[in-house]
Amino acid sequence: MATSALGTDARAVAATVTDPELPMLTLADLGVLRDVRDEDGTVVVEITPTYSGCPAMGVMRADLVHALHRAGFADVDVRTVLSPAWSTDWISDDGRRKLAAGGIAPPGRAPVRTSGPVPLSLGATRRTATCPQCGSPDTEEVSEFSATACKAMRRCRVCLEPFEHVKEI
Amino acid sequence: MHEETVYDALDHAHGGEGQWAFGTGFDEPLAGVDTTVPTGIDPADLGAYCLMLGDDALVLCQRLTQWVTAAPELEEEVALANCGLDLLGQARLLLARAGSVGVLGRSRALATDSIPDEDALAYFRDVDEFRNSLLVEAPNGDFGQTVVRLLVASTWRLALFARLRESRDPVLAAIAAKGVPELTYHRDHAARWVLRLGDGTPESHRRSQAGVDAVWPLLADLFTATDVETRLTAAGVAVDPADVRDEVRDVLTLVLERATLTVPAWPAEQPSRGRAGQHGPELTALLADLQGLAREHPAATW
Repeated sequence: MATSALGTDARAVAATVTDPELPMLTLADLGVLRDVRDEDGTVVVEITPTYSGCPAMGVMRADLVHALHRAGFADVDVRTVLSPAWSTDWISDDGRRKLAAGGIAPPGRAPVRTSGPVPLSLGATRRTATCPQCGSPDTEEVSEFSATACKAMRRCRVCLEPFEHVKEI
Repeated sequence: MHEETVYDALDHAHGGEGQWAFGTGFDEPLAGVDTTVPTGIDPADLGAYCLMLGDDALVLCQRLTQWVTAAPELEEEVALANCGLDLLGQARLLLARAGSVGVLGRSRALATDSIPDEDALAYFRDVDEFRNSLLVEAPNGDFGQTVVRLLVASTWRLALFARLRESRDPVLAAIAAKGVPELTYHRDHAARWVLRLGDGTPESHRRSQAGVDAVWPLLADLFTATDVETRLTAAGVAVDPADVRDEVRDVLTLVLERATLTVPAWPAEQPSRGRAGQHGPELTALLADLQGLAREHPAATW
């Protein structure tokens, strides 16, 4: 992380940019904003995609450039970093609170990443989530896939409301 | 709101720089990534290998999205489209990697300069330049056959990608590491459907067995290394496809037996026709659908 005033100020600006699909979260909350630094007067911003096919990367890039230009930073270079791959464990505590307040259940702990063959999982998923509407832990998964790549669909057995859940990855 | 159209409004909301929805142009997915090829790796081989893996993902994505508006239930349509989206992302990264080392075939001669390499490769190669396996280009069949094919394809790709995380090419290793959790979701989803259908009603059992019988012969195309794969395996870049055969067979056998389906005899393996660019007429038709707009309007932005 840069220690120059340029880098520090730019980081503060970049940290306010929100995710286009989860607008209650900033890119910093989501863990997508990996670094902001000053390289010889150019603001270098590093972001990482949530999923390989995340269609929001282009908008994130444009939003970061616009925000930094508006704040007076003329030279901005937004770079993609692929490794290490994004994990839902990088969503901040603040981000988790904002998700729940927005009606989306935050993820639990991501599965441990191991080398070697990936074990098959044939049973019902063991994920749990608390209903963001009524707070009941008695919820069931409707589908592992939802309106965006990063979410699953669940339903509360108590208040019967459907809700989305950021699935662990 | 004073804008003339909804697009003007979206454009305005995005700073008036000609952007709406997901932009006027898709960013190159490797923007800012160090694409230097490590010493001792032949760039032409690396690019050819990335085309194989990228084309598998691109073609299977297109097959999966053919279920949109036609899946048995809305949740399943969303699920198959999401699997397709993950694969499209993997395809974009891999085709961009091929482009970064200059492997573009005849595509660059047809595509205008403003079209990024990944799009030139996807939209402006003819069928004989595609390097996907025959497994992914076969038509969907019914839903039972579709989930069997997704099970086979994701089991095979996951086994490859899990090993490719150790590739000596850091870009390929990063793409693989990112793909592993995605493919794990796809494989588990397909496996649960095969269980449900195989061990379901007599009709669902009959149809999923027919799907297994239709997909099984395509396994013959998957496990014989091309010369490119042999050289890159020796260089620590690629995985010898024969090395994943046992894992793939074990996983598929486990799922099919649990689903009360009959596991057919393993087909006689042969050098890959798909990897050699020898495709069936189904891929020609698929590409006509995929490439038609870009070829008709090569300078279009949206």
